Amino acid sequence: MVSLSPSSLPAADVAADDLERGSSLWRDAWHRLRKNRLAVFGAFVLGVIVVACVAGPWFSPYAYNEIDLARTFRPPNAANWLGTDELGHDLLVRILCGGRISLLVGLVATAVALAIGVTWGAIAGYAGGRTDTVMMRIVDILYALPFTIFVILLMVFFGRNIVLLFVAIGAVEWLTMARIVRGQVLSVKKMEFIEAARALGLSRRRIIFRHIVPNILGPIIVYATLTIPAVMLLEAFLSFLGLGVQPPMSSWGVLIRDGAEKMEEFPWLLIFPGGIFSLTLFSLNFLGDGLRDALDVRSSKD
Amino acid sequence: MLRFILRRFLETIPVLFVIVTATFFMVRFVPGGPFTSEKAIAPEILHNLEAHYGLDQPLYRQYLSYLGHLLHGDFGPSFKYPNRTVNEIIADKLPTSLELGAWSLLVALALGLPLGILAAVKRNTWIDYACSSTAMIGICVPTFVLGPLLILAFAIHLRWFNASGWYEPADRVLPSLVLGFFYAAYVARLTRGGMLDVLHQDFIRTARAKGASESRVIFRHALRGGLLPVVSFLGPATAGILTGSFVIEVIFQIPGLGREFVTSAFNRDYTLVLGTVILYATLVIALNLVVDVVQVLMNPKLKFE
Repeated sequence: MVSLSPSSLPAADVAADDLERGSSLWRDAWHRLRKNRLAVFGAFVLGVIVVACVAGPWFSPYAYNEIDLARTFRPPNAANWLGTDELGHDLLVRILCGGRISLLVGLVATAVALAIGVTWGAIAGYAGGRTDTVMMRIVDILYALPFTIFVILLMVFFGRNIVLLFVAIGAVEWLTMARIVRGQVLSVKKMEFIEAARALGLSRRRIIFRHIVPNILGPIIVYATLTIPAVMLLEAFLSFLGLGVQPPMSSWGVLIRDGAEKMEEFPWLLIFPGGIFSLTLFSLNFLGDGLRDALDVRSSKD
Repeated sequence: MLRFILRRFLETIPVLFVIVTATFFMVRFVPGGPFTSEKAIAPEILHNLEAHYGLDQPLYRQYLSYLGHLLHGDFGPSFKYPNRTVNEIIADKLPTSLELGAWSLLVALALGLPLGILAAVKRNTWIDYACSSTAMIGICVPTFVLGPLLILAFAIHLRWFNASGWYEPADRVLPSLVLGFFYAAYVARLTRGGMLDVLHQDFIRTARAKGASESRVIFRHALRGGLLPVVSFLGPATAGILTGSFVIEVIFQIPGLGREFVTSAFNRDYTLVLGTVILYATLVIALNLVVDVVQVLMNPKLKFE
């Protein structure tokens, strides 16, 4: 800890102090991450996939909904690198466009899970006592429920729109985040700078979100990275059952389902979407594991 | 210990009540009913149908009567299968799903535990890397990709197994492998982590120092503590295997309850949806209860908390 000059105790200095320690923590973590070859590889592959999905379709001669009945079920060739499907759609463009949706769902639903989980966990951890017990007991109980069933029901009954998909998946995946954040808050809230903030008369809300949460960003980032693949898996699972995004939109889960139906004669329709999807999950998991080691986050829930 | 079990048991009652209530009203408040179909039904027939199933009564009446029947273990008649009750459908389909789940859980443990123990014991050798990579494959290749691929390879090309169905004993192999592999991967990772934590501790050094053989150190001393994370994972894992079987049953065309549930949701077969949800929730909650108890038995420290 940098010692504070007695005349300037106010919040500005406390924040500067945090920032200084923070930056060296982040720099250490960055060095450790770069030494982890699998994590770097994961980040690189992920970057390529994201860029290709976002920018790729613009450079393709085919539109993703372009039907050409003269070239249906072509195996991979020079014109259609990954082949075509039953309507002559170019598979590569469809995978890239489906990737946009899958990645978007991954990011937005994780953001929803993050928002709920961090708020819930931070409040429970900071409030302590009865509030904490009740809030975490609720999390325990929800943990024990077969939540996927409710997501399926929601998607069947309330039309399959993508906003509902975000919310439904986010609402399932926040539980672990809440547990982790609570544990971290418990250890941070006893530190001097929080006491200082309280002595300054800051509101609870401000202490939690401006002083505690920034100090537990490490674990939050790690688990967010690991939540994205879980979310994408759930989206693909729903899409596979016909409950995810609906035509004309498409996602990797939809492509995998379509491919699985025709794999016997046209295996590339299954292998390429499935391969890209798995590769993305690999990258995210390697990156998440690397970040966890780099930021030295314990994996246990307490 | 008995008080702990009793408390946990009593806790499940309000939880189940909330689930029943929430699902009941969710199912009822959605557009479209079980008798909505493409061809128009004559209003008189519709009226008769609704009267027959009690759908013309006020909602709270329907709810109370459903609860009453439920307390007697009666899930009511199916709306889509005439002359069949939900109980009959469940009795018909559930054993298949349970069998699939049991085999998958067996695969998860039989594959995951040895991989995890091996990886921990041979830490940072090529054996560890091979085991950990296998686990990563299990986590990153989803069941709905792995399943069709295995069908393609082993059923269509090699012709070792049937591509679908649930008739011969051999039909159990591919579905259970696919569903179990994902959880085997998690079990392996958790076992490795748990074992590594334990193997560093003093009592392991003591055991080695007093001359216990390596296998005795691992299986008698380390395993008990090292398996704790796996035991706590078994609750969520069973829930996941039950819902995961929805996809597996679709891929392999297995006549189980999972596939029936998805169909019934599409058909708005209210009672069948409700019955299945309640059944699955009860199963999962009961299994979590068992896991909690086993955890306390394995880790005496928890008793005092």
